[in-house]
Amino acid sequence: MNDLGSIAERLAANAYAVDEGHAHIEVNQEVVQRTGSGPLLVRVCPAHVYSQGEGGRIEVAWAGCLECGTCLAVAPDGALTWHYPRGGFGISFRSG
Amino acid sequence: MEDEVFDVIVVGGGVAGCVTAYQLARAGRSVALLERGAVPGSKNLSGGVFYWRVLQEVFPDFLESAPIERRITRNCLSLLNESSCVTVDYWDARLAEPVNAVSVLRARLDAWLAEQCEEAGVAVLSGVRVDGLLRHGDSVVGVRADDEELAARVVILADGVNSFLARDAGIRAMEPTKHLAVGIKSVLGIPAQRLEERFGLAEGEGTAYAVVGDCTQGVAGGGFLYTNSDSISVGVVLRLDDLAASGRSASDIHDHFLSHPVISRLVAGGTLLEYGSHLTIEAGPQVASQDLTRPGLMLVGDAAGFTLNTGFTIRGMDLAAASGIAAARAADAALTDGDYSQQSIDRYRAELAATFVGRDLKTYAKAPAFFENQSIYREAGLLAADIMHGIYDLDTSPRAHLRDVVRRAVSGSDLGWRQLAGLVLGGMRSL
Repeated sequence: MNDLGSIAERLAANAYAVDEGHAHIEVNQEVVQRTGSGPLLVRVCPAHVYSQGEGGRIEVAWAGCLECGTCLAVAPDGALTWHYPRGGFGISFRSG
Repeated sequence: MEDEVFDVIVVGGGVAGCVTAYQLARAGRSVALLERGAVPGSKNLSGGVFYWRVLQEVFPDFLESAPIERRITRNCLSLLNESSCVTVDYWDARLAEPVNAVSVLRARLDAWLAEQCEEAGVAVLSGVRVDGLLRHGDSVVGVRADDEELAARVVILADGVNSFLARDAGIRAMEPTKHLAVGIKSVLGIPAQRLEERFGLAEGEGTAYAVVGDCTQGVAGGGFLYTNSDSISVGVVLRLDDLAASGRSASDIHDHFLSHPVISRLVAGGTLLEYGSHLTIEAGPQVASQDLTRPGLMLVGDAAGFTLNTGFTIRGMDLAAASGIAAARAADAALTDGDYSQQSIDRYRAELAATFVGRDLKTYAKAPAFFENQSIYREAGLLAADIMHGIYDLDTSPRAHLRDVVRRAVSGSDLGWRQLAGLVLGGMRSL
C-alpha cells in the first residue's frame, strides 16, 4: 500500500489556521471517567485528537481537529464542550 | 451595516447555501451569505459524486464553467471480501450524453459557487461564524455573529450536518448515532494520464466505486473511490452506532481499506494531498421528516437531513441544490407578500414535496432499515464470491449447471435461503 504516514504526519500536510489560546474542545474529565467513554473518544476520532494520558485523563490535541463532529455525536451528555472554531480558524480544506 | 435589514441571510456557503443565495439575488433580493471558513468551501468535504442535472436550470453552463473533476461514465459496485472481490462494472456512453454525474472537490466547487453568488450581488462574508439566531416573539429576525447583530426578513440555515443553530433554536435534537456516519477520505495525487490508463478512461471521463464488505471490517457502511482530474478520492463511511460498538479505530478501518489488495493497486503511487473527515447522515428520510421551518426560518441541505444512500448512489449535493432552489422560491414569495409567518414560510414544504427531493426521500424511506441488515457487510460478499468460484474454478471435477452451483454455495453459506430471499426482496423493495 501507499505509505500515508502516521495520522500526525497526514495532518501536518493539511492546512490549518490555529486559533492559539482558544481551544474549541473541552473535556469534562469527571463525566468521561464516570462513563468510561475515554477509549471511545480516542478511537472514533479520525484525526486522533484525543489520547489517554496519566490516570486515564483525556488529552485533547484540538489544533488537528477536522471539525467533523463525530466525537460529539458519540460522547455521553456533558462529556464534551464542542463548538466550531472562531470564524476563519481551524481546518482549511484545499481539496475537500 | 447594523441598521441594514437584509431580505435574506443564508448561513453556510456549501452547495445548498450558495444555490439559495444565488437564486434570491437573481430575483432581485438583498442577500448576505455568511461562511465560517476563511474562504467558501474550506470547511466542506464530500465523497465527491455530484448528480448535477438539477443545477442545469440555475447554471446552464455549469459543465463548461464550474471546476468539475471528471464526468462519471463508469460505475462499479464491489462486494469486497478479505481475499476476493465481486464487482458489477457498468460503463455506458449514455452517461456522458447528457452528462449525468461529475466528480468534484468541494474546496474548488464551493469557491466557484460563492463567486457566482458575488457576481449576482450577494454579500459574501467569509470568516464569520454565526453564534445564534435573533428572535422577535416566535419569529427569527436575524443572526448574531461575533457580538454583532445582523437583521433579515428571512434566515436560511445551510450550516451543515451538525447545524448547531437548528439545535440551539430547538428545531432539531442531537441525532441518534445510528442516523449518522463518519466519512474519512484521503485525496491521493496521480497524474491524469496515468489515471486514465489505470481505469481505462477516455479523457475527462471518470469512475466511481461503491464498495461494501471487508472495506469496513464488518462495520455498517462502505468504501468509496472516485477519480478526479489528477487525483483519487478514496475512503470509508462508518455508521456511528456500529463503529462505537465494534471496538475498532476509525482511522484503522480507513487504512485497512486502502491497503486491501484490490484497492491498494488502484491507488498505488498516489501521493497524499489531503486527509479529511466529515459527518454524514445515514438515515436521510428519517432525519428530514422532522421540522424544516419556523416563522422566518428554513433549513436546507445537510442541515435539513437531505441525504440518500441507495447502495448504488450516494446523494447529498443534488438534494442540497434542489432544496436551495425550493427555499429560494418560497422565500421570494414570502418577501413579495411581506409575510414571514409559519404558514407563509411553509410554502417551502410544498415546494419541496413537488420536487424529486420530497419524492425520493419517500421512495427510499426504508433504505436505512435495509442497511441495518448485518449480512450485507460480510455474508453477502462471501456468497457472491463462492458462486463465482464455483463457476471459474475448474478443478477437473465434472461441471454442474449454474442452478446447482448456486444451490451448493448457498447451503455452504452462513446466509440461509430464507435470509437470502429476505435480503434480495428487501433490497428490491427498499432500494
